Amino acid sequence: MPSSEQSIDKRPWLLLSPSLLAISLLVVIPMAFILVYSFYENIDLAVDRVAFQFGNWAEVATDGYYRVAIWKTLRLSVIVTVLAAVLGYIPAYFIAMTKFRDKWLLLLLLILPFWISFIIRTLSWIHIFGNQGALNGLFQLLGLTDAPLSLMYNEFTVIVGFIHVFLPYMILNIYVSLEGIDKNLEPAARTLGATPWQAFREVTLPLSLPGLAAGCLLVFVLTGGSYVTPLILGGPSDFLFGNLIYDAIVTELNWPMGATLSFTLLLLLGLVVVVYSRLMGLNQLSKAFK
Amino acid sequence: MKLRVWTLLKTYTVLVYIFMFAPIAVVLVLAFNSSQFGGFPIEGFSFRWFVKLSENEAIIRALRTSIILGACTAVIATTLGILAALALVRYTFRGKDLITTVLIAPVLVPETVLAVGLLIFMRWLHVPRSFGLLLLGHSIIALPFVVLVVQARLTGIRRDYEEAARSLGANPLQTFFAVTFPLMLPAVFAGALFAFTISFDNITATIFWRPSGMETVPTQIFGMLRNSVSPEINALGFVMICITVGVPLMAGALARYYMRNTK
Repeated sequence: MPSSEQSIDKRPWLLLSPSLLAISLLVVIPMAFILVYSFYENIDLAVDRVAFQFGNWAEVATDGYYRVAIWKTLRLSVIVTVLAAVLGYIPAYFIAMTKFRDKWLLLLLLILPFWISFIIRTLSWIHIFGNQGALNGLFQLLGLTDAPLSLMYNEFTVIVGFIHVFLPYMILNIYVSLEGIDKNLEPAARTLGATPWQAFREVTLPLSLPGLAAGCLLVFVLTGGSYVTPLILGGPSDFLFGNLIYDAIVTELNWPMGATLSFTLLLLLGLVVVVYSRLMGLNQLSKAFK
Repeated sequence: MKLRVWTLLKTYTVLVYIFMFAPIAVVLVLAFNSSQFGGFPIEGFSFRWFVKLSENEAIIRALRTSIILGACTAVIATTLGILAALALVRYTFRGKDLITTVLIAPVLVPETVLAVGLLIFMRWLHVPRSFGLLLLGHSIIALPFVVLVVQARLTGIRRDYEEAARSLGANPLQTFFAVTFPLMLPAVFAGALFAFTISFDNITATIFWRPSGMETVPTQIFGMLRNSVSPEINALGFVMICITVGVPLMAGALARYYMRNTK
């Protein structure tokens, strides 16, 4: 490699330029346009006027409906994240610590859901909780009820649907973190007199926090930005902030309002990402792929 | 005592795995239910919904759109992703950490926002929704994942082979096509497969970007869901799971078999 001694090597930039160009054109510039459009004025269905006015922002700030949506979104994202962490930590720990010969099978099964269609996985819960679902079928078979119970289309099914889809992200991130811990540390703590629980709580748990945090961030941001799951598994009152964006753009064709709401969601979830990256850095997120 | 705790952890893990796979298993089973409704009870074994599915032109058209879109996305995202990953793995340069963050950042932008942003930008440019917009959009969604996957695999390739080829008189282009590229092939396949899956599965952004009248498999299913789950959707789910799970598994098994036989 004769030219590698030069002060500035152009080759990496040449290799990077297509990707960086694509990201600038398709992600960065569009984000700027969302902001610009949020100041436009909506006149009629799909008709808007170039303007610089704060009408849309004033509406988002003052209308209680939007505040309710923000509250619902944050609440649901927190519930899903916490439950996913609680459900996901133990399997991740088990996979990392087991000496079971077929550990690869457990890992393969963990990656399998990523290959199965999101919409199929989500609608599959209708077969469990729906009027013709497995639970109602079981209840009627046992003679517990005559008519199907209404178990579907509420906040609970939305939460179950979200956890089902995002749990593998959580488990994988925690697993990667646990796998990187020196296997001698816990026995060493035990030798020094710690109980198994102390050894876990004071050695393993703190060392696995980066993976847990990365999993939580992913699940939180993915849940907070969704709108499809509530449409499939939720009732009329189970909407997230993303559903308002969907309504504004797809149903009402109110582009300036859609832009304002999108930028609001970007700010809210962006804030979470910024806080996370200040605390943890973004490197942990990429470790799950190795 | 320790054994009891371990058994508890094991049971917990098994239960979580059941939670992850039971609903999917139900879809697979219900695909063969002869009942005219998409749910329980199971009345008998039948292939009739697969026959019905193969006669449903809307679904076949959606399937074709999804496969073409996924394949084109795989080509674009993998090409860009491999070039970027090569730069990250092979060179040290100033601002590398920042560039890595920029490449991964689109993952952290909510897909709804990404979709609206690109749509509004296109509206400003007076470009209507089209297959091309879907293709560009899917490619940018898949790109960060391809970069991460390919980067992880490229790190394992030693540079000695390339240096040997160069010292034996091959020019850089010859070296790339005769040595580097064949060594990279598993990374290329992994990236392409990932990009295809991401595109094939996408619904959140696709709903915003698709032109009216164009359906991909997920949006088609979404449209059919309005009333209830029809038995055809179960059959379609079965077919999709066979494609997206069966193909990578077989590719992996074949690769392993092939590697074992050549060694």
